[in-house]
Amino acid sequence: MATSTTAIEVAAPTGPDDVAQGVARPGRRPRLLFLRNSKALVGIVILVFFGILAVVGPWIAPYDPDQVSTALLQPPSGAHWLGTDHTGRDILSQIIVGTRGVLVVGLVAGLGATALGVIVGVTAGFVGGLGDEGLSALSNVFLVIPQLPLIIIIAAQLPSAGGITVALVIGVTGWAWGARVLRAQTLSLRKRDFVEAARATGERTWRIVLAEVLPNLTAIIAAGFVGTVTFAVLSQVTLAFIGITPVSEWNWGTILFWAQNNLALQRGAWWWFVPAGLCIALLGMALTLINFGIDELVNPRLRSTGMHARTLRRRGIRPRVGFTPVVRPTGPGVRDVGRPALHHAPHTEEER
Amino acid sequence: MSEPVLEIRDLHVDYGFGDDPTHVLRGVDLTLHRGEVLGLAGESGCGKSTLAYAATRLLPPPGLITGGEVWLTDRDGRRSDVLGLTDAQLRAARWRDVAIVFQGAMSSLNPVFRIGRQLTDGIRAHRPGLSPRDLEARAAELLEMVGISADRLRAYPHQLSGGMRQRVMIAMALALEPQVLLMDEPTTALDVVMQRQILEQIMELRDRLGFSVVLITHDVSLLVEVADRIAIMYAGEIVEEATAQEVYRRPRHPYSSGLLGSFPPLHGPRRELSGIPGAPPDLQRLGAGCPFAPRCPHAMDVCRQVRPVLGPPSTGEDRRVACHLHDADLVGAGASSGLPPELAR
Repeated sequence: MATSTTAIEVAAPTGPDDVAQGVARPGRRPRLLFLRNSKALVGIVILVFFGILAVVGPWIAPYDPDQVSTALLQPPSGAHWLGTDHTGRDILSQIIVGTRGVLVVGLVAGLGATALGVIVGVTAGFVGGLGDEGLSALSNVFLVIPQLPLIIIIAAQLPSAGGITVALVIGVTGWAWGARVLRAQTLSLRKRDFVEAARATGERTWRIVLAEVLPNLTAIIAAGFVGTVTFAVLSQVTLAFIGITPVSEWNWGTILFWAQNNLALQRGAWWWFVPAGLCIALLGMALTLINFGIDELVNPRLRSTGMHARTLRRRGIRPRVGFTPVVRPTGPGVRDVGRPALHHAPHTEEER
Repeated sequence: MSEPVLEIRDLHVDYGFGDDPTHVLRGVDLTLHRGEVLGLAGESGCGKSTLAYAATRLLPPPGLITGGEVWLTDRDGRRSDVLGLTDAQLRAARWRDVAIVFQGAMSSLNPVFRIGRQLTDGIRAHRPGLSPRDLEARAAELLEMVGISADRLRAYPHQLSGGMRQRVMIAMALALEPQVLLMDEPTTALDVVMQRQILEQIMELRDRLGFSVVLITHDVSLLVEVADRIAIMYAGEIVEEATAQEVYRRPRHPYSSGLLGSFPPLHGPRRELSGIPGAPPDLQRLGAGCPFAPRCPHAMDVCRQVRPVLGPPSTGEDRRVACHLHDADLVGAGASSGLPPELAR
């Protein structure tokens, strides 16, 4: 016991310094971590760009997207940056105005499906027994429902199946995959000691779920949300493209619908379908990049290798399990001894 | 002393590939001679395991070896720098020249394969020509060697006790008769009786097969019993290296002395336990001086400014210590008021 008192006394002089610096650093790092990841950063920038477009689109669009003019099927020009369609409507305006429809559907469907998935999945995983069986059966049924045909049928039955309807249908049918993953993860979390401890101290079930289990699922939920948004956007564009949703409601799929119906490809009117297609691809890429970013944030192994990819290349480090990279200073440059084929070769081209 | 089989020269290891890595090994020098048991002791986080993994290039990312050499002598007497080997050479040298017994025997064995299959796997990879019968005979021999009857070859890992599984791991490490056996806390998860049995078995095998052992453990009392030489590590450096008896009876570094004072002796008269005040330093923020200075009961002004180098003490004994108290110049100049009694025995 005498030992412990001396330990405290001796440690005391360095103590405050340690604490101040030790706390400041971890406090600063995690917040910037996600943005320091270049993949996530690129994804977020693209998404924010489209988000701004969705909000201010109708005001900054140069023309009314439904405004028919005499400039029929014009290639890009000063007046119409992305040309016009077969009735003289401005395609740039259609894309700008259509952004809102795409993003709203993605967001609503993503939120709906994620909320349903979390409720069903976490409940099933946490309660176990009959409740688990029932909810698992439910998600299995929803897993095998072919979504697109279902949406087509529902959309055909409803008098005005606009974007929100489509979003709701996607949300209601698209939660099962996420629920399944969350259930499996919850099952393993439920058995961990910290959950057992919370139960033993008499925490209420809802509090254990909210405070102990859910924070551990954040990354899976976020990744599932991003994935569902991607799926919802693609579904909606597909539906618009095949003409299920009203063609008067602008989104990128509607543009493709008009382009397809008026033989844009055969007429060589590339400006009609390429920009809309690129926008879809860009948005999909942005969401995927954000997903990568979340993955790397969650899995430190991916993070340490992914974050400094450029530094690693410059220094010639190839991180592999089982073969620790060796970078020994030899004269002016550095070399990776892990690749001895390059040992005696001049390293200029390596370091380019 | 016999010829060296493993020579670690000025080994530097960083954790982190970025601009601000943590220096976890800072110029470690260590020589392992043929047939010798070298004990590596120190607190948690002082770099013991890192040293073993870096010497075999098994450190997982973000480990990075930033300097030094690791010379390994194989059975034919050829010396090669482990850090300069190609991937294929490294794969060939591992297990054949140097083998590791990891901490967790429980999780190192694959639960769905039989022991025999897992024992022969590595042999098959290194000696592709062997027939299945030879392989099985070798596996049986290995099991017998570590004191498990050969009929256990067809057992699954869960059918063995923890001690038996650890023995299987040791048998596996010895499968190709390596020159160097690195053991990273091989008995941590076992009870003391099993610890002793296993270590005695290793020592007996060492006498029979003539390999060298690097034994990493927290348990200094165990080291004193089984090791020929002991190296004490602190904050990524070796602070003292001498024969086991010398370290035990006459520690020269205040840290070694503190370490030895913090457990009860297995033999001899009872003495009071003292412990080491303070906590291990943060490797990210080490000052210029001796890393042990803030916790050292005998720290002098020079200790906080100049890092001591590992070398023979002023008494001229055949051992190495990194401490200004034993610096011949300082002692000669009368800068210190003589050695503290527990270090001057």
